[in-house]
Amino acid sequence: MSDTSTQDAAGTQGLMKVIMASSVGTLIEWYDFYIYGAMATTIAKQFFPQDNPTAAFLAALATFAAGFVVRPFGALVFGRIGDLIGRKYTFLLTLLLMGGSTFAIGLIPGYATIGMWAPVLILLLRFVQGLALGGEYGGAATYVAEHSPASRRGYYTAYIQTTATLGFFLSLGVILTTRKVLGVEAFNDWGWRLPFIVSIFLIAISVYIRLRMAESPLFAKIKKEGKISKNPLKESFAHKANLKMVLLALFAAVMGQGVVWYTGQFYAQTFIERTLSVEFEQVRYLLCIAILAVTPFFLVFGAWSDKIGRKTIMMGGLLLAILTYRPIYKAMYNLADPKAKTEIAENSSVSKAIAVAASGDSTITTTTVKAFTDGSSMKTVKKETVLADKSKPVPKAETTKTFWLSSFGFWMMTLFVFIQILYVTMVYGPIAAFLVELFPTRIRYTSMSLPYHIGNGIFGGLTPFIATRLVDASKTTENPGGDPYVGLWYPILIASVCFVLGMLFLPSKNDENVMD
Amino acid sequence: MNSLKRLSGFLWILLGVGAIYLMAQQAGVEIAAAAKANKGVLDTKMFWYIIIPIFTPIMLGLCLFGWYAWKGEYDQIARDSEHLV
Repeated sequence: MSDTSTQDAAGTQGLMKVIMASSVGTLIEWYDFYIYGAMATTIAKQFFPQDNPTAAFLAALATFAAGFVVRPFGALVFGRIGDLIGRKYTFLLTLLLMGGSTFAIGLIPGYATIGMWAPVLILLLRFVQGLALGGEYGGAATYVAEHSPASRRGYYTAYIQTTATLGFFLSLGVILTTRKVLGVEAFNDWGWRLPFIVSIFLIAISVYIRLRMAESPLFAKIKKEGKISKNPLKESFAHKANLKMVLLALFAAVMGQGVVWYTGQFYAQTFIERTLSVEFEQVRYLLCIAILAVTPFFLVFGAWSDKIGRKTIMMGGLLLAILTYRPIYKAMYNLADPKAKTEIAENSSVSKAIAVAASGDSTITTTTVKAFTDGSSMKTVKKETVLADKSKPVPKAETTKTFWLSSFGFWMMTLFVFIQILYVTMVYGPIAAFLVELFPTRIRYTSMSLPYHIGNGIFGGLTPFIATRLVDASKTTENPGGDPYVGLWYPILIASVCFVLGMLFLPSKNDENVMD
Repeated sequence: MNSLKRLSGFLWILLGVGAIYLMAQQAGVEIAAAAKANKGVLDTKMFWYIIIPIFTPIMLGLCLFGWYAWKGEYDQIARDSEHLV
């Protein structure tokens, strides 16, 4: 082996160490952040008043959204620190903040114990999580990009891009395992806390790894040369030339990427679970399979962007999402639509149970099980309360529906989620390299973090919240279920604006020299 | 291409202003309707109290982007970081 190839091999090995050390921490931060979203329904029951389940769910989603909304502020605060004191110590700090707040969420008593303090504390901790995540991603992407050779920057930074999806996968996996081991009752009672508490151990491992990392060579170089920005915030946003690029990055690239990301991974889950009422474990299994199968494509599109340019791939992903979201969601709806299925009458049943409380109130529970010819089934449980005191108003009956997909339905649903996340890999895989190449080293952490967290965190993070709200607003007396597809107009509209802007304004090739 | 970029600037300004107006108008209509029906008032208010303060500054940013485009600031996108600062 020649000296050059030995040096190359050693360089690649060193780079892979850098990537792994950065990625593990970032993955754990995403895990911490998404564990909340993955358990939004359970959290709604534990921490919010239950008089109105929709209000509780919306409140839980709002708290989830709070984590996203503060991300740009985290980007500003920690971006500034990162550009002033260095990448390494900044994202060590964000890691500790994230781990500490996740652990604390696992310890907070529920609404039944401490009343309104429960949602207030949850909200505060979500703020801390959002701030920490706002500081983390830009640091990790910058750190890896500043270590990578220009010709393979898209490929190497794509490892960082896998962490958000894998963090989500890890959160789903931990939830499923905990639920399986403890049983549904124990999980809903106290077991849901474990995935939060476990975070403290994951963070300890990550802190250990990160403490052994060196500072970014480019940052160390400009620090040695005394070229560090004195005020990266002012330099990023008060100079028109930089502000222009920040706005361009936000509106022509990241805002569309954000909605595609959150539609594929989060709104798909909300739609399957809430609109289609597919059973809890089936939803998580199909998401896990789709995510695992699609993750290598982050690297594929990252590497491809090194050859054909970042813009082509990102805009291609946006266009596919715009054109196919509605047909995909219609096909998903049909897979779990009982009206479109033929019932097997002999395998269906109706049972009634009456429980009388000491107060004299009685609860009538009617359970209807329907089996369909394609192998799917549905259980509807209706609970009616009959009050002993007839002068009081009759409480509204509660109906819960659970749908089990057939084997074919399960795999088709997995395929539809896979396709949506494939779009995510197209728009998200090359974007770290794209953003890093857009800004100079001295203000990179600050400048790239802000558009990323507004686009991804706000436009993207609010997708389930806005889409669910649009569906709720479409409900009328004549159509109590509302229009199930109306929520898609939000990501389609944002992605369309971003696509037009991107095609018009984004350069085909960015500045590959990041050593400035 | 540059003329198209400049012309589209007007569209982004319009889009930003229009989005702010539509959000405010829709919030007013929905909150009033919820209050009249005495149903979901808190949910409706919560939604709009989150959406409006978050998206208004972002839409102003879109207007600024449009203004820069209109003035031809994006005719030449800096391909070299030296021209950025």
